Amino acid sequence: MTTQESKSVWIGLGIGLIWFLILLWPLLGIKPEGLEFGRTWYVFIRVAIAALIFVTFYQLKERGSLDSVLTPVSNAGGSIKRLYEATPKWIPILCVLGLALAYPMMTGRYGHDVAISVLIYICLGLGLNVVVGLAGLLDLGYIAFYGVGAYTYALMSLHFGLSFWLCLPVAGLLAAIAGCIIGYPTLRMRGDYLAIVTLGFGEIVRLILNNWMQLTNGPNGIMSIKRPTIYWPDFADGFAFELLKIKKLWALYYVILAIAIFTIISVYRLNFSRIGRAWEAIREDETAAELMGVNTFLLKLLAYAMGATFAGFAGAFFAARMRFVGPESFSFLESAMVLAMVVLGGMGSIPGVILGVIALVALPEAFREFELYRMLVFGGVMTAMMLVRPAGLWPAKRVGRRSEEAE
Amino acid sequence: MSEKPILELKNVSSHYGRIQALKSISIKVFPGEIVSIIGANGAGKSTTLMTICNVINASEGDIFYKGERINDVASDILPTMGLCQVPEGRRIFPRLTVLENLDMGAFFRRDSARIKQDIERVFELFPKLKERRKQLGGTLSGGEQQMLAMGRALMSSPKVLLLDEPSMGLAPLLVQQIFDIVKMINEQGVTVVLVEQNANLALQCSQRGYVLETGSVVMEDDADKLLTNPDIRKAYLGE
Amino acid sequence: MEYFLQQLVNGLTLGGVYALIALGYTMVYGIIQLINFAHGEFFAAGGYMGVIFISWLASQGVDPYICMGLGLVLAMLYCALLAMAVEKLAYKPLRNASRLAVLLSALGMSIFLQNGLMLTQGVYDRPYPTELTQGGFHFGLISISYMQIIIVSLTAILLIALNMLVFKTRIGKAMRATAQDKVMSALVGINSNRIISLTFAIGAGLAAAAGIMVGFYYGSVNYSMGFVPGIKAFAAAVLGGIGNITGAMVGGLIIGLVEIFAAGYLSSEYKDVFAFIILIGVLYFKPTGIMGENVDDTRV
Repeated sequence: MTTQESKSVWIGLGIGLIWFLILLWPLLGIKPEGLEFGRTWYVFIRVAIAALIFVTFYQLKERGSLDSVLTPVSNAGGSIKRLYEATPKWIPILCVLGLALAYPMMTGRYGHDVAISVLIYICLGLGLNVVVGLAGLLDLGYIAFYGVGAYTYALMSLHFGLSFWLCLPVAGLLAAIAGCIIGYPTLRMRGDYLAIVTLGFGEIVRLILNNWMQLTNGPNGIMSIKRPTIYWPDFADGFAFELLKIKKLWALYYVILAIAIFTIISVYRLNFSRIGRAWEAIREDETAAELMGVNTFLLKLLAYAMGATFAGFAGAFFAARMRFVGPESFSFLESAMVLAMVVLGGMGSIPGVILGVIALVALPEAFREFELYRMLVFGGVMTAMMLVRPAGLWPAKRVGRRSEEAE
Repeated sequence: MSEKPILELKNVSSHYGRIQALKSISIKVFPGEIVSIIGANGAGKSTTLMTICNVINASEGDIFYKGERINDVASDILPTMGLCQVPEGRRIFPRLTVLENLDMGAFFRRDSARIKQDIERVFELFPKLKERRKQLGGTLSGGEQQMLAMGRALMSSPKVLLLDEPSMGLAPLLVQQIFDIVKMINEQGVTVVLVEQNANLALQCSQRGYVLETGSVVMEDDADKLLTNPDIRKAYLGE
Repeated sequence: MEYFLQQLVNGLTLGGVYALIALGYTMVYGIIQLINFAHGEFFAAGGYMGVIFISWLASQGVDPYICMGLGLVLAMLYCALLAMAVEKLAYKPLRNASRLAVLLSALGMSIFLQNGLMLTQGVYDRPYPTELTQGGFHFGLISISYMQIIIVSLTAILLIALNMLVFKTRIGKAMRATAQDKVMSALVGINSNRIISLTFAIGAGLAAAAGIMVGFYYGSVNYSMGFVPGIKAFAAAVLGGIGNITGAMVGGLIIGLVEIFAAGYLSSEYKDVFAFIILIGVLYFKPTGIMGENVDDTRV
């Protein structure tokens, strides 16, 4: 980096900070009582210092002064990666599985709670991954399917007294049908429009949930939803099965773990199936795929439906775990968060999505005091990731490049 | 010629993604001349012009205009320096009128009186345009669009004009008209770089020519020598 | 009959607001093919800056009508600066990236700005000094409030001004040229970066004006007020033909009228749904909109 280039970076930083100040002060400092500078200064000085540190590090890195630290670190990273790629896949999988099974014994209620959330979002993330990452369809209303699944179980349990396990596939099925309904009109649209239309559909679903009092009880939601029950061997008077309600959090953990494992395996199999190949062809270049004989219409519909099914399962579990569903849980923000988890972790990559979920669900738990700033940071990180590392934290392995990313 | 070239490419390479479109080409253009660049489709002729104008970044080599290295000059600055391109396909602004198109050619200029004069001069050169001055550019015929594109380029008072396939898709009569106008512009002092598939016509009105084949310059000579060169005649002049 | 006319008045007022917001979407999409998700936040920020400036000016003893006028101008300037900053930071570096990346960057910015507003201005509604604009006319059973007249006139003024800018001035033609063919506009000497910044600035300024109008009309503003109107305004832009400025104006009016009439005659709980239905319908049956698109046809 030449001195002229680094000078322009510093000038850019200076102008940027001044601009930031001009935008910040009216929000914090202009009050009817008078003009104040205290709060503005407080925020500004922290941002300025952070920015200065960043830019300084960036300059040093570009100039090579940090190589003594960075090169061994990246070498270590490289060797870890090579090691990982060299070991047969089943070893890390077995380790993770073992950890997952043993987890509830190692943590308390709070840990169980977080883990259940993580697993639910893993199901959601992988389902959305099928739509966005594999088939390349940007769905901003995905959470609607989650809601359909949740309300399906809630209503069926309430009105017909059906068990959780019976409702689970029904929830998935209804969500899949919803996916087909939403997918049908949107299949003709191009990328950007698809996003907004799915967003619209998501909002419509939420509005219906909120306003259709007879069916969904509107904003009050549905309460006292039954927990899942399971036949458990009872050795009291000889060998018999007892109907047990799954009440303990750690027990629910195992239920969602089972659902999550099912989802992971399904998505993995889909990814490496002929359907998965066809989706990838559609994602990379739809016209070419069509010309090669791929029935893009049916396959896109299938992507929607399959993605929706996983959300349906997750939704049914969510209703059983919370024992209450209301329309506020299914807002656009939730859709955006799931999308962020998929994108940040790495679209189309199963470990990536899992990593993304952990980063966005578990990590904020560690920073509970900053709860207020959580969404602000989330928005900023999303933009920053696109600027710096759009492929995600654990990108999918791919052959060649996306047609849009070329040139 | 002992003068310094007004436009020069030295070992310029450029890429489309990972495909190398130009392979270390060197071209000299001297003030006041008409230079043709001929070659088959895909040889890299349009790429050359786009690289000169920095729409495609040169990955290697240097581009000099009036002695200055312009590799890092933004495309929109070049017209202000007198270097103007009429790209392939005319590319007039379809939903602006003829008059507005011409006005855009002079966008960076501030001398509104001279601009009005120049518009009149363009109308003298192309009377058809004057008739249709309130019509939207997209509704003009191919030939009229070509005239409009050239008129628009003239509005920038260029010193060097880069023309990319001005004859494409035009009837022979119109093509002759266009080339006559190119010669007239050149006589008024504008240096012209002419990229053409119609090698015959191009070489006939140029002083020198370059032959491009898959991104490399395979021949450089005076135009009349190229016209009589048997290999060139076989490959490009339809013998 | 009176009910119909009353709803007509209400619909035109709302339509004007949607038109102003829709213009920002349509101009930005026309020039860089991006759905600026964060545009709704410019609308919300404008609403806030309006009351911030107006309240402070009023507390300094400035004449109330000058307060409103000056507050309007300052808020529009503020949002213009905000939009230019967002463009430079979150969109410009991604000009050659995939469409998905820019869309997600815009989404991130939308969430960031919305929460920024929430953190600096609070979660609760911020009331507007509506004492200044109370009252109106009555024609039998139809009432037209002063605020409605102000909104409709101000909208008309801004729309006419924009029309003149875009169709009669040099820089406006340059904006249209850049939208039609970005590469060619550079080749004639138009600095597309500056034009793009200007487009963002104008779009945000208009959205800010809309925010202030809404503040006065409904009595308050809220940090989340940008989300739903944003989608409806985008629907209006698509309805009119994306990139088409006249289309956005017409689209906005239509969406506003449809919403008010649907709420009045059909169902008021589901009134938000109608804009979405129109959006989906337009994209399914006539994606280029009722007045035709105006985008860069050279990009495939």
